Order: sequence, then structure tokens, then C-alpha cells
Amino acid sequence: MTKVTMTVNGKTVSGEVKGNTLLTEFLREDLRLTGTHVGCDTSQCGACVVHVNGEAVKSCTMFAAEADGAEVKTIEGMANADGSLSVIQQAFQDYHGLQCGFCTPGMVMSAAALLKDNPKPTEAEVRDYLEGNICRCTGYHNIVRAIMAASGQDVPAVAAE
Amino acid sequence: MPKDHGIGASQKRREDVRFLTGAGNYTDDINVHGQAYVHFLRSDLAHGKINNIDTSAAEGMPGVVRIFTGKDFEGVGGLPCGWQVTDKHGEPMKEPAHPVLAQGKVRHVGDPIAAVVADSLEQARTAAEAIVLDIDELPAVVDMAKALEAGSTKVHDDLADNLCYDWQFGTDTETTDAAFKNAAHVTTLELVNNRLVANPMEPRVAVGDYSRANDEHTLYTTSQNPHVIRLLMGAFVLGIPEHKLRVVAPDVGGGFGTKIFHYAEEAFCTFAAKACNRPVKWTSTRSEAFMSDAHGRDHVTKIELALDKDNNFIGVRTDTLANMGAYLSTFSSSVPTWLHGTLMAGNYKTPAVQVNVKAVFTNTVPVDAYRGAGRPEATFQLERVIDKAARELGVDPMQLRRQNFITSFPYETPVAVAYDTGDYHATMDKMEELMDIPGFAARRAESEKNGKLRGLGINCFIEACGIAPSNLVGQLGARAGLYDAATVRVNATGSISVMVGAHSHGQGHETVFPQVVAEMLGIDESMVDIVHGDTSKIPFGMGTYGSRSLAVCGSAMVRATEKIINKAKKIAGHLLEASDSDIELKDGQFTVAGTDKSVAWGDVTLAAYVPHNYPLEDIEPGLEETAFYDPANFTYPAGAYACEVEVDPDTGKVTIEKFVSADDFGNVVNPMIVEGQVHGGIAQGIGQALLENCAYDENGQLLSASYMDYAMPRADDIPHMASYVVDHSCQTPCTHNPLGVKGCGEAGAIGSPPTVVNAVIDALHSGGHTHVNHIDMPVSPSRVWAAINGQ
Repeated sequence: MTKVTMTVNGKTVSGEVKGNTLLTEFLREDLRLTGTHVGCDTSQCGACVVHVNGEAVKSCTMFAAEADGAEVKTIEGMANADGSLSVIQQAFQDYHGLQCGFCTPGMVMSAAALLKDNPKPTEAEVRDYLEGNICRCTGYHNIVRAIMAASGQDVPAVAAE
Repeated sequence: MPKDHGIGASQKRREDVRFLTGAGNYTDDINVHGQAYVHFLRSDLAHGKINNIDTSAAEGMPGVVRIFTGKDFEGVGGLPCGWQVTDKHGEPMKEPAHPVLAQGKVRHVGDPIAAVVADSLEQARTAAEAIVLDIDELPAVVDMAKALEAGSTKVHDDLADNLCYDWQFGTDTETTDAAFKNAAHVTTLELVNNRLVANPMEPRVAVGDYSRANDEHTLYTTSQNPHVIRLLMGAFVLGIPEHKLRVVAPDVGGGFGTKIFHYAEEAFCTFAAKACNRPVKWTSTRSEAFMSDAHGRDHVTKIELALDKDNNFIGVRTDTLANMGAYLSTFSSSVPTWLHGTLMAGNYKTPAVQVNVKAVFTNTVPVDAYRGAGRPEATFQLERVIDKAARELGVDPMQLRRQNFITSFPYETPVAVAYDTGDYHATMDKMEELMDIPGFAARRAESEKNGKLRGLGINCFIEACGIAPSNLVGQLGARAGLYDAATVRVNATGSISVMVGAHSHGQGHETVFPQVVAEMLGIDESMVDIVHGDTSKIPFGMGTYGSRSLAVCGSAMVRATEKIINKAKKIAGHLLEASDSDIELKDGQFTVAGTDKSVAWGDVTLAAYVPHNYPLEDIEPGLEETAFYDPANFTYPAGAYACEVEVDPDTGKVTIEKFVSADDFGNVVNPMIVEGQVHGGIAQGIGQALLENCAYDENGQLLSASYMDYAMPRADDIPHMASYVVDHSCQTPCTHNPLGVKGCGEAGAIGSPPTVVNAVIDALHSGGHTHVNHIDMPVSPSRVWAAINGQ
């Protein structure tokens, strides 16, 4: 067992982990931050995306020990300080960018990483960036709209009539 | 002006806040104090005889609580099938045993052989590796036609062969044959409806818990219908009476049909929790999901369409092989029969329609309902053969469809259903308008300039949703009723909890159902909450599938709310010293008609619970009503879809350039959510058409058991915003349910696959590849390239 210490959503946390404990297990089981989800075993689906030192990372593909000393941000840390939804989260609600909600944490974390690097992405860039995030419910249409809207670009309102 | 509340308003979803902040409560988020973990040792052979399972070494491994094999379940019932199909000779279908853990044989890759319960998952997995299996591999039965050959290896030794049933339905043979004899033209098409895996993003999970104190079992599970699981598992598998068994399906991360069924892992965790006197948790990996979640589709069909000299459809005849897999999953037998044969008339007034289906056992994962369930298979055959007929006859495919549309309702089809209402020309008109059909020629020319072939595909479809009238499905072999139930509990201060049998796993019931109740009562939606997913809290309802939630459970909720209104009017009448027949309810106020005497909703609800001034001699205190609603008929959503594809003739790559859906869902309660449902269905249909394929090799090895092998649609596989419209403005309300709703969950997945394939064939013909009459799905680059090049 190895002791790890990291900052998760602004709070310093420590824990004893085995060498093969994945970051996603540490977050979900040790810290009980269950918003980070596991949807596959092959690093394809992106339901587990978190930010490590500001970069989007699939937490199922990183050992907890590798995150020792890192700044980690999960979906639980994405809302505004007053608890209200952040711009991206609000856009997902406004544009119906989620249905069952299982892929949603990863989608929001990926969207945030995209907009940090590319504040005004084109639609093609958004779709391309989401290559590593699978959603089975929404058909992506409203996720793309939500991300475009969150970047301040014009998107037609949801449900025209 | 769009409505901002109530029925017809695009209310933002209240459930979103918890999902967007990581506060959802999915089954894998539930840990019960002291829980152990189970790992299933699954067969890596498609077919084999089990000689011995030696668990002795594994039992001594660190952390192992207990190891179970099929022997431990010998006194326990197998997993039941919920629908008995009667074959064309009047015989019941073959129903082989489906044990919780394999007994005697393994019959598909993924069949569970042993279950290791240990303190940690890692310990359980490690111990499973120490189990020594002595299994003789047997030849695998994979191909359905070969499975039916005389002398084929049998999946089930106690059956005569691999045939589950030979079913015939619709018009009699003599009449059907006469239609084909009299035909001026017959178009024939053989096609495959590819095997798919539903792939909700949340893998299945089960947590079993047992309380010795009161002999009560609790199962937390990823289910679309907790009461169905409680009944099937309690009554048929484990023999636990319902009052000692609670099934909880909390937030569920998508279902698409595959979370309807009762699975071995649910029964195992419930059983093992008592046997080990510890909670037992199982979380599926994605690879396990591919080899244990029921698959979908997998039909091989020959369809024939007979037309008279004026191009009127006069006969349809189909011959289908339907794969059941190795065992009968819960509703597997109903999918190729009653959910498929009944839709073979489509939107057309064809007088003779005969459907023949042979259901076949193979050494593959069981196949059951997946989004659309039987209806996509019916639509695909019919709409592909119509397109082929139009091409053979040199007529416009839209005109050919239009001239054969059913135009007067109600309409009794030759395949046992009666469409209550519809307007197929209206959806076709809307689709043509949105698609800008006249502009297609210019768009094709533009594509051709870039070296691409452009095709236009159209498709019409109908579904039978709002499943289903109990007396009808009972006659057809269902072993359950298909009503639903709702309890409206009005609290003393006027807020409301509605306990519903439907289950929301992405559909947004928590938002939509209150829109209906609030509108009926004239109160604020925030005063109404939905309770679902826990058998200890909700009335006995059948859950969510078959686009039924609002049409069936929503109707129960309306009926229960009507009972509330009737009783509340009596209370209000008493308070206002007027006859209850004179009381009107509007905007949350009860008023004596024609006067200014009124009493507020909250005053009436308080009087019901604090009955100091109350007609106790006439009515009971309290304000809570339950209704069970059994639909009088199916609902029949229908639509017209179109898409344009570009095909790169050098690589065979297909891209969707434009997509339009024009649906008739009847009345719509929340347009935003309806459109979201259609988007999701279309993406799954595009996935089936272009990408997804669950593949087995000839030895029954599953070749597509991860997202590296099974191509899920990604964001860049879906048309861009500017060239993608989903429309539901054509509305012919359902005539037999109180909301006039038809259901929208499956339409996209039903309507889109033939649309895409029709467009690809059109593109190839435009490029002179007129020898290509069909390409089986998924229409992958390699298949298109091979078709173009005659390979």
C-alpha cells in the first residue's frame, strides 16, 4: 500500500492505495465521489473523464498513485461556488444535452477541457473532440448544441414550437 | 406562443441537476455495509459438456466467502420466459431450462459456470482463476440455417432439434398464394437484420441484501421494471413471496430494452446474500455486458411483394429465421412474432399479408427486445422491398408509397391489429417540405463534382406502442398483463407524490408526469413529485419499454388524478355549502359555478387530513387514489423519414449529409424531450445501418466484445445541426387514451435504418452501379466497396 495525497475539488485528501488501484476506484470507492462513472473497460467511453492538473484524463486509465500530488477536479467540483450550475452544466440542461445521465459527467468534463483550449470551437471541432466520449441516449445532437451554446455561440433554441 | 408550463411546454428537466453535479444514485453507487463481491467465471467456449468443476483450490484462497456452481441451484427454478408462442401446428414453443448457473453444459460464450463470492472483487477474480474446469468442447451451432439442418448438433439435448417454434400468421396460404399468382410484378429481397447489442452506457449491476431479522430480501438492480423482476424472480426462480422481497431500480443509466429482462446475476445476488448472510454485489464489466446482456435483432428474411398492373400492393409474404440464442430470454419469443408480424402491413392497405417465422436456438447469447423490438425488423424488410420494387418498376418511390397508403381509419390490417388513427400523407408532405426534395438534383450534382455519389433515401413506418391491451396479449401468449398503475398521494398542505409503475432511465418522467398532473389540477408543477423504481413504494406496474410510459402509466396517472378531483370537489362542496356537481376546479381554486364563492386547493387538501369540518358521514378522510389502466388498443405512431448520403466510390465510405424525420406521435407533452428521444433513436438507427455489428465466428466465439470491436456511433457520425431536422408537428391524437399520446421512444430506431440503406442504394445506382440491389447492414466501407466492385 502506498500513501497518496492529492487535491480533489479544492480539498486535500489522503488515502492508502495499492499499486494497481485506479484513480477512478480511489475517487468512487475511497472518496465516495460517485459522479465519476465507469462505462467500459477499454478506455473508450469517457464516462470517467476528470481533470488532472487541468487536463482531461480518463480516470480508469490512470493509477491513483500517479495522481499523488496532483490537482484533481471531478464533476462534483464543477458547479459555481454558490452551488448553482456552471455555464457548461446549465447549457446541458437548457439544451437537453443529457438523458440517462450516465455519460454526462464525462461529457461535461470533456466539454470544459475543450472550451479551455478552444473557447469558440466550430461544430466539427466539437464533434471531433467528443471522439472519446460515448453517449447512447442523446444521439449527441443536443450535447453538441449545449457545448456550442456554452461557448457563447448562437444555437437555435430547443424545441422550436 | 409556446406554453411555459403544463402539457405542451418544453420544461427543462428537474432530474438534470443531480446528474450534472454527480449526485445521481446509480446502482453501482450503492454500497451496503459489509458487502461481499461476486465474480462470475464464464464460459470461454460456445458449447461444451461440463464433466467437472473443481473449486477446492479456489475455496482456500484469501478472502473467499463461498463458491457456487450449478449444483447449488438444482432446487431452484430456472429463468422463465414471459411469453408462450404457439406454433402453426397448435403446439407450444420449446422452452428449454435456463439455469442460473450452467448445469451439465455451457451453451454460449459468457454462460456463467461458477460464482466466486469474496471480500473484495480482486480476491474473487483471483480465486476464479484457480477453479479447474473439465469441459469437453462440442461443435458450436451458430448459423441459423445450419442449425435447422437434419443432424445438426443440438443446443439442448432434451429437445428434438434447434427449432423453438415454426410460426405462421396473417392471411391464409391459399389467399396469399392467389395474390402472388395474380400479380403483375413480384419483387423479392433477401436480407439480414444485423445482430446488435443495446449498450446502455451504465453496465448492469445487482446488489443482493438479506435481513435475518425479518426474513426480507432486497435487490438493487439496473432494471426498467422492478415489479416485473420481483414477480419473476420471487415467484418463478427463488420462491420468495412478494411481501418478503423488495426490488429497487434507482437511477438507471439507459435501458433500450436490455434492462427489461430478468437475469441470472439478479437471482444469484439475491440467493447468495441469504446463503452467505452478507450483501453480495456484482458490477458488470463492459466485456461481460457484451456476453451476458440480451442481444437484439438477428433476423434473416426473405420478403416478397406482389403488385398489380397499377402498382397497387396486393400481397406481402415473408419468411424469417429469428435467432433466440442459447436460451429464451424473458420476452424473446414475442419479438419475432407479435411485435414483428403484426407490423408487416406497414402503412399500406395490402390485402394479403402472411408472415412466417422460425425461431432457432444457437450457441450465442440470448436475443430479446432492443429499442423497437420486432418493429424495426418489420419496417426494414418492407421498406427495403418497396424501394426495390419502385426501382424495378421505374416509378417514384414516394409516389409508390403514397398510392398504397391507408387513408381511412380505423383500419383493420390482415395481421390482427386495428390502427385507430393516422395521416400518412401528412407526414410524407412534411418530410418532403423539410427535406427540400426539389433541391436534391442540385445537391447531387455538387457531390458529383467532388467525386462523390449522392443518394436520397426515404422510408415510411408505423409502430405498435403503448404496450399493451392485456386481454389481447393474453390471447397471444403473454404470461402477464400489460396495464400500468399510479397512486396520487395528495399531502395535507397540497403537495403531491405520484407513485408510478413506469420507470425513468433517461426519459424524463420526473419532469413530464408532473406537467400533466399540475395542469389537471391547476397548481404549480413544483408541488408534484414522481416516485418510481422501488417496489416498496410504488403500486404494481409493469415498467417502461415499448414506448408505453405516458400512454399507459400516464393514463393511469390521469385516471387517479380524476378520482382525486372528484373527491376534492365533494370536500369543496361541503366547505362551500354547495352541491359538488356545482363545483368547478380552475387554477387551483374550487369555485361554486356562477358565484364568487371559492376555496383554494390547499384548504381542501388540509380539510381532507384535518377533518374538523368535513362530511365524514359521506366520505373518508385523506386524499389518495390509485388507478390501474389497461389500454384498449396499441397506439400507432407513424412517420416519414428521409436522408441523403454521400458515398465515396473509391473507399466505400458513407456519410450522412442530411436527415429529416417527420413523426406523428399524437399529442406531445414536452416537445424538448420528445425531440431528444427521436435524436437518440435515430443515432441508434444510424449505428445499426452504418456501424454496429455483433459478430460471431463459426466456432461461436464472440468477436465484438468491447468498444474496440463493436462500433458505437460517435458524435461525428451524426449529421450536423444545419442539415438535421426532427419534426413532430403532424399530430393525429390517439383516440383511446386520455392524453391522446402515442409514444416516441422507439420511432427513431425503427425509421432510420431503411432510410439510410435506401439512400446508399440510390447513390450507387446514380453512379451506374445498378447491379447493387442490396447491402446488408452495417453498410460499412468494405461492404460498399465490395458491392461496387462486384465482390
